[in-house]
Amino acid sequence: MQMKLKALLGLASALALSSALPNAAKAEQLTLCWAAWDPANALVELSKDFTAKTKIDMKFEFVPWTSYADRFLNELNSQGKLCDLIIGDSQWIGGAAENGHYVKLNEFFDKEGIKMDDFVPATVVGYSEWPKNTPNYWALPAMGDVVGWTYRKDWFEKPELQKEFKEKYGWDLGPPKTYDQLKQIAEFFQKREVDGKTVYGASIYTERGSEGITMGVTNVLYDWGFQYENPKKPYEMEGFVNSPDAVKGLEFYKALYDCCTPPGSSNVYMVESADAFKSGQVAMQMNFAFTWPGLYKDEKVGGDRIGFFPNPAEKAHFAQLGGQGISVVSYSEKRDAALQYIKWFAQPDVQAKWWELGGYSCLKAVVNAPGFASSQPYAQAFLDSMAIVKDFWAEPSYASLLQDMQKRVHNYVVAGNGTAKEALDGLVKDWTEVFEEDGKI
Amino acid sequence: MATPAPIARRVRGLSDRAIAWAFIAPAITLLLAINIFPLLWAIYLSFTNYRANRPNAVVEGVGLRNYQRVLTDPDIWQAMQTTAHFVFWTIVLQTVIGFALAYLIDRKFRGHAFWTTIILIPMMLSPAVVGNFWRFLYEPQIGLFAYAASMVTGIPTSEIRMLGDVSLAPWAIIIVDTWMWTPYVMLICLAGLRSIPDYIYEAAEVDRASSWRQFWSITVPMALPFIMLAVLFRGIENFKMFDMVTLLTGGGPGSVTEVASITLKRAAFESWATGRASAFAIILFVAVFGLANIYVKALNKVKQR
Repeated sequence: MQMKLKALLGLASALALSSALPNAAKAEQLTLCWAAWDPANALVELSKDFTAKTKIDMKFEFVPWTSYADRFLNELNSQGKLCDLIIGDSQWIGGAAENGHYVKLNEFFDKEGIKMDDFVPATVVGYSEWPKNTPNYWALPAMGDVVGWTYRKDWFEKPELQKEFKEKYGWDLGPPKTYDQLKQIAEFFQKREVDGKTVYGASIYTERGSEGITMGVTNVLYDWGFQYENPKKPYEMEGFVNSPDAVKGLEFYKALYDCCTPPGSSNVYMVESADAFKSGQVAMQMNFAFTWPGLYKDEKVGGDRIGFFPNPAEKAHFAQLGGQGISVVSYSEKRDAALQYIKWFAQPDVQAKWWELGGYSCLKAVVNAPGFASSQPYAQAFLDSMAIVKDFWAEPSYASLLQDMQKRVHNYVVAGNGTAKEALDGLVKDWTEVFEEDGKI
Repeated sequence: MATPAPIARRVRGLSDRAIAWAFIAPAITLLLAINIFPLLWAIYLSFTNYRANRPNAVVEGVGLRNYQRVLTDPDIWQAMQTTAHFVFWTIVLQTVIGFALAYLIDRKFRGHAFWTTIILIPMMLSPAVVGNFWRFLYEPQIGLFAYAASMVTGIPTSEIRMLGDVSLAPWAIIIVDTWMWTPYVMLICLAGLRSIPDYIYEAAEVDRASSWRQFWSITVPMALPFIMLAVLFRGIENFKMFDMVTLLTGGGPGSVTEVASITLKRAAFESWATGRASAFAIILFVAVFGLANIYVKALNKVKQR
């Protein structure tokens, strides 16, 4: 009987110990959620230093871009505890702040001496602030990103092509300064034989399912004069979203799609655009800057064969902001450890290493450092692009606003239904309904 | 080991009805938890302004407003039309081709078992795999489909934009679904054909009925309940079509291939208009349930003939 009692006690102790152990281990591990892409791999590498310094293990939950928003917005909305830290898209900031998904970081920043003035202003507004342009911070700028262009430098430098181009258009073939020039180059290369292969003008964003065509067309719309709202009267969109200039911008994007993209470009986003460039199909490619390091390293199209340039200008000069900030999830039980990670990540030496590994730092000390612009062949184009960024709505209802724009723009540009004016008029109607439902107008 | 006496007595004391309940209780509990409760909850949500991305917001009743908005939304009617077009043509093509294949396989020619297996392969594949490789097949520059179509029609491959052309994209999805699910219809039809007793054909032979007459007077009427069953299954499945469309076109170009389930998903998990999406889901459920019921009654009548 005594033996049995001892055995039972032993079993009970073992059970108690085993159930206590995971709790003890839990405090030593943080889960960081982000998209599955090249910079995420760089972050895994970078975070090894954090683990070495703090003994806190890092676990990563990376989800492909196509399901990134679905997966993590579901997680946040259901108040899940999967993510302690999240690198959420810039447009999520309004909803995440208003619905209490992110921890407000003002007090923490003050306590730790982290100053938002140390970061590129556009990234602070884009990734950290809600409401915009107020000192309310919900994230630390983590990954700067912006839409820009790559081009086939080796093709542009071919003497016979340069000569022919100059004769035809009257200016030297090179990175375009205006969208009209960009279209001329695209037309010049469309269906041309280069190195024994038929090539095409440009790859641009046309994806329908998530955010692709919006992230592409806005670059052009901004430059033609499109504005989201009346700067003097918030949420008044009539005459701003569908202004005559905005209509011209949308017509231009369709003309570019119709004249100068490879066949089958009706659903192109980041991966497809990069693939079109890597496979040697296109002379120019619109894409987010995060793709540039990978393309530069590419054996077939990288190195001396590739060049980079920021968006051309028209009446105005803007580029669509991408990128994200890093936030602490309110529902995490490891808030202190998560804040410790943010404190570590904000350090200048860590940010410098982040850039070296392939991440795009937003810290001024890194991007304004002497030698930064020449540190990589794409660094100057990145800097120039980050200086002209503009972002999509970051309202809590951003997803509805995005869906409306995807539908209206794709319907006109790719499906060829209706006119640009009708598409933008429809967009004003859709967006007005969203804001009315939100009680904003 | 013998059952301890008190427990044995208690089990012996259970009535047949109680034992029956004990056996079906787990299944009923699961059914209630994962089918009935979500349905009732969705019905409740459809009368509210609830948004799943705003857990702290006050939830208010809105009466029939969500239903009114769904039923008067031109985009939703457009999606329903797209769905109807897709369901109609996939069912027509799959039934005709599936029955024809079943009729051929039923002839029991040499190697028919091998060909049956080959024909069945597409339906064994994952829709994700099928969607992805058809995307490549449709690719205007490198796709085999574009090459084959170009050889037949003489149109350059670069002009055969199955997924990017407004008039071709709906047919691109219909072709893939037909390719994948015709074998399923064939299997059901084959079961129907094999259930027809040989003596009926023998009697018809004695009466000197032609093959054509035998086909229309024996084969089709006797296989009809099976064909109708296949149509019912495929109709319900295709009404819910989501994965293939998402993979192939994402609903585009424009909204040309945006079927009802994609519109519903966008309303529920992108716009987070949970109340309105619930109303739309209930309307779809009632429509499918109602149509399926009418159809099942027709099927029973055919079976009783």
